[in-house]
Amino acid sequence: MPLLQVENLRAYYRTQVYGISRSVRAVDDVSLELFENEIYGIAGESSCGKTTLIKVISGTVKPPLRIESGHVLYDFGALQVDMTKSDPEELRQTVRWKEISYVMQGSMSVLNPVRKIIRTFEDIVRTHQGIPNKKLFLEQTCDHVMRLGLPPDVLNLYPHQLSGGMRQRVAIALATIFQPSLIIADEPTTALDVVVQRGVLQMLREIQAESGNTVLLVTHDLAIHANVADRVGIMYAGRIVEEAPTPIIFTAPRHPYTQHLIRSLPMIGDKSAKESLSGAPPNLANPPSGCRFHPRCPLAFERCRTEAPAMVRLLPQHRVACHLVTEAAE
Amino acid sequence: MNGEKKLLQVDRVTVSFHVGGFIAGGRLLAVNNVSFSLDAERPEIFAVAGESGSGKTTLARVLLHDLEPTQGRVVFEGRNLSTIKRRRDAMEFMRKVQPVFQNPFETFSPLRRVEDYLFETAIQFGRARNRRAAAPIVDEALHQVGLSLEEVRQRYPHELSGGQIQRVAVARALIPQPHLILADEPVSMVDASLRMSIVNLFKKLRDEQKVSVVYITHDLATAYYISDRIAIMLRGVMVESGPVEKVLGNPLHPYTKLLQESVPKPVMTEREQWARPINLGAMEVKEYGRVGCKFAGRCPHVMEICKHAEPPALEVEGRTVKCYLYGEDAAQSNQSSLSSGKL
Repeated sequence: MPLLQVENLRAYYRTQVYGISRSVRAVDDVSLELFENEIYGIAGESSCGKTTLIKVISGTVKPPLRIESGHVLYDFGALQVDMTKSDPEELRQTVRWKEISYVMQGSMSVLNPVRKIIRTFEDIVRTHQGIPNKKLFLEQTCDHVMRLGLPPDVLNLYPHQLSGGMRQRVAIALATIFQPSLIIADEPTTALDVVVQRGVLQMLREIQAESGNTVLLVTHDLAIHANVADRVGIMYAGRIVEEAPTPIIFTAPRHPYTQHLIRSLPMIGDKSAKESLSGAPPNLANPPSGCRFHPRCPLAFERCRTEAPAMVRLLPQHRVACHLVTEAAE
Repeated sequence: MNGEKKLLQVDRVTVSFHVGGFIAGGRLLAVNNVSFSLDAERPEIFAVAGESGSGKTTLARVLLHDLEPTQGRVVFEGRNLSTIKRRRDAMEFMRKVQPVFQNPFETFSPLRRVEDYLFETAIQFGRARNRRAAAPIVDEALHQVGLSLEEVRQRYPHELSGGQIQRVAVARALIPQPHLILADEPVSMVDASLRMSIVNLFKKLRDEQKVSVVYITHDLATAYYISDRIAIMLRGVMVESGPVEKVLGNPLHPYTKLLQESVPKPVMTEREQWARPINLGAMEVKEYGRVGCKFAGRCPHVMEICKHAEPPALEVEGRTVKCYLYGEDAAQSNQSSLSSGKL
């Protein structure tokens, strides 16, 4: 049984202004499974539905976002939860932060700018678990921070006194304080410099290897996935178009979109000409018919325009949604 | 300098800012004794790369004549920028040096149609008297970036994609027929599948329009891809500069090495190397105020002299590098330790 099973999930933003209703199909028929002890990477361009998918997975769905259909099933051993049906208050008590935690891009928004770091730790621990013994709490927090290789002095500083990389590492320390089963990291290093980025991701990977939990790493930067993720799912316009173990994604991708993305990545030591795809990612309020990639796909044919391709499994761990691949397999 | 005609000559430029009393010293050298030059005859793409806080954008402001250097001078086509006082001269300079900025949605006002910017630029820099006369000029500039006036007519910025609007920004910069384009992080807001179209545009401009480009970026991978020469900046100092194949292909300065190695590569073969632990703890130091080499605090090859005196610019293996490891005295004693112990 996987830790998380997402089945045919559809989540749309529905708005109604002056009687005109619009829906943005940000996540449209996504299925994926996360297992224990792995780093799963989600890659995709802006507005491909990455963040919406995370909102549903983490159970923070708020109007106008609505879950239209599908399931998000967690199995935490002693506790099974369906995120699409759960009561928010109950989630807060049992799941949030204890089983699922969250590291986001600008950690300044996690850390309260007018309170010392230790107070933020206190807030989180008090909310989710309670602090019966303050001295014990301080000791444990200090241990936790030191285990992650941060100087314990940071606990007595204010967020603005820390550098961006240090803040992000503090955010990771916060996210791991209860040793959750799943850490969701949404663009955790996007605003950081490359050297700091490397350090922060190394820390995330170390924590994962040590505790054997699951990390869901979302970033648009494929080069990071190549270096950090065990498996990668490529999203395009609200759907996962290809999913495979990282080596397969980078050496033998099958979906034309993935192939193109990998081919167009610049790299030090490579001066060969790289081309961009024509066109731009579609507007999800009015996505193209059939395969959503077909207007930009150099290999598109008639069937792509009319029929959305189903996900097919090429290998036990390699799934692709493309008519070309399906037809070749038949 | 050496008889050859220069397009741009940056000569020992230093910019210092006053900062409020809470950082030691109160004076911050954002750009520290930087020199480089671009040839007038050979158009090229010159990349200035560095992390945040390395002084890249301050340097850009100096080159755009937006900021007077505290020391040193910038000479563009034989004219020292500090002598530009009159409005006519300033316009002439602006016509020849055009900027492209990072976030196109901030560059263009959301309340104005994007074409207005293009027409305005054409009229202001004297390429046309009125909108009707400007139309073919605007259309031609848009064609150079793979768009047309038809496509952008009557459009507001939010109606264009990030890639499209950044191409409009480049088209706008082309209208005055500049000799130099200064692009400050032009692709960092653009999606991966569109990024290369902008980057290729600069290449095309260099090859077809003979426009030189100063490409300011933190992205070493695209810098390697398009530029001819590159300068690596650290805390205001240009630590290594030269042909990009040499500087990034085989970096000599320990900082360039660390930087180059830290860029994640989209291949599976370098995972091990990238995962080699680095120490961030010691990095959170105030390197601006440091005397001597700014990298001395985290350099694995640090020597006593590095902490006291700024290393001179040395010509080593076809590039300029500011590091004592390559000084004449140090050459013998350190060459062995450097080749054995990689960063």
